[in-house]
Amino acid sequence: MFSFKHTKPESMSKDNVSVVPPPTNFSSRKRVMRFYNTPRIIGRMSVVGEKESKGPLGKYFAKCETDDKMGEKTFERAEIRMFDTAVRGAVRDSGLDIKDVDLLISGDLLNQMTTSSYAARDIGVPHIGVYGACSTMTESLLVAASFVDSGYFSNVLCATCSHFATAERQFRFPLEYGCQRPPYAQWTVTGAAASIVSTNNADTERFPKIVMAIPGMITDFGTNDLNNMGAAMAPAAMDTMCTLFTQTGFCESDFDLVVTGDLGKLGSDILRDLMRERGMKLGQNYIDCGNMIYDVKQKCYQGGSGCACSATIFNSFILDKLVKGEYKRVAYLATGALMSTQSCYQGETIPCISHAVVVESPFGGECE
Amino acid sequence: MSDKTNAVKQRNERYNKYVNTVTPKTSMTKALLHSFLIGGLTCIIGQAIGDILAYSVPSLSKDMVANITSMILVTVAILFTGLGFYDVIARQGGAGSFLPITGFANAMASASMEFKTEGLIFGTSAKLFTIVGPVIVNGIVWSTLAGLINLWILGMY
Repeated sequence: MFSFKHTKPESMSKDNVSVVPPPTNFSSRKRVMRFYNTPRIIGRMSVVGEKESKGPLGKYFAKCETDDKMGEKTFERAEIRMFDTAVRGAVRDSGLDIKDVDLLISGDLLNQMTTSSYAARDIGVPHIGVYGACSTMTESLLVAASFVDSGYFSNVLCATCSHFATAERQFRFPLEYGCQRPPYAQWTVTGAAASIVSTNNADTERFPKIVMAIPGMITDFGTNDLNNMGAAMAPAAMDTMCTLFTQTGFCESDFDLVVTGDLGKLGSDILRDLMRERGMKLGQNYIDCGNMIYDVKQKCYQGGSGCACSATIFNSFILDKLVKGEYKRVAYLATGALMSTQSCYQGETIPCISHAVVVESPFGGECE
Repeated sequence: MSDKTNAVKQRNERYNKYVNTVTPKTSMTKALLHSFLIGGLTCIIGQAIGDILAYSVPSLSKDMVANITSMILVTVAILFTGLGFYDVIARQGGAGSFLPITGFANAMASASMEFKTEGLIFGTSAKLFTIVGPVIVNGIVWSTLAGLINLWILGMY
């Protein structure tokens, strides 16, 4: 029944875990989680703002909100509403009822994760909040897949959202304040996305499956520019990507698509350089969501950022292609910068993280 | 232990140096030209308002004309902020739109609009000076210093 064939790795043996590797050594610790029961992603939904819908991937998104405030009084309320739309849309897409959902794992960018907790208040499903900044989607997929794989729950919702206006206020300046962005700045994506991870059975066999996940390691290469997120996050992506290519048994060419979260144009160029330094060349199959979501004409400098940036693209474009079988195997590495404005002003450098999940199409997953 | 931290430090330095070389920089000449144009335009408009006032109402003193001109400029800047034009202009203007009195008005108006949602006291009143606060503090400190220097050192002669 399980089409994914692997020999059982010795990753569970304890003596490997206790070894603390030197910071530049990637292969000494076993970090790959393999899901032998292959949890399926049976439902998805992506909601974006107007600017994103005018980007190159606009036609793939399920819903577009043309009003920034969506008829609500504050941007925060609008974000909650968008989150709610995404969650309910994903449930509808999977053909389930909200009562069938066992757990909601979600997170967002705001302090104390108000958006996801406030939205969960009205959804009425047990809730686990995760914070991985822009990597929240992969983090929640990773947690959901392990819950489903181990049999604790059968339907788990993963959701995340971000809103340009609320993120700007928290991390930068008021919206109407006339300041110049440096040419390496990124634009926070307005959007929300949700997907449902479900157990593998006869009904769900036709959906994409999560086969592996790699929890990220906090990586800090000593950058402390609040605007240059791409340069801060690229080492984290490099760390996880090296693990992906060295420990899973797959190399770059085995993936139809290697997607990073929101490194932007600059960050993805840096990542290519970093990987080349380590003897792994990223080719045409490597893309970056932050780089793709906006058109050059939209004046977003290096591209998009935020939780929703990679989450909306994953839940629309990438999963669409996986369901159709156009992509066979996709590695999705979202990156997150785990700083606060205070820590940056206090002179701290920016710690970053990147979690990875490997998703395979239901068709022909066995290809080697 | 110190060996490892040294290695990390070196790696970080190397990485930062590399990042600096690949990060796109703002073009100096372009930024200067833009801020000169926008800032100059603001000043020309201000001068024009002042001249028109002085000609149309000859009884006004010179100080009064300057005051009214600033008030008009500030009002227009706040209006533009509210209508959402100002940040579009400022994205081009840079320091040219930030340095004149209009920049100060924009900073205060944008903060008051942004934090309106938290109420009048804890929102608007508390956060009104979040951006311009440093300007005011430094303005007071340095003008006091200048005044003292003027009084003690220059005043003696």
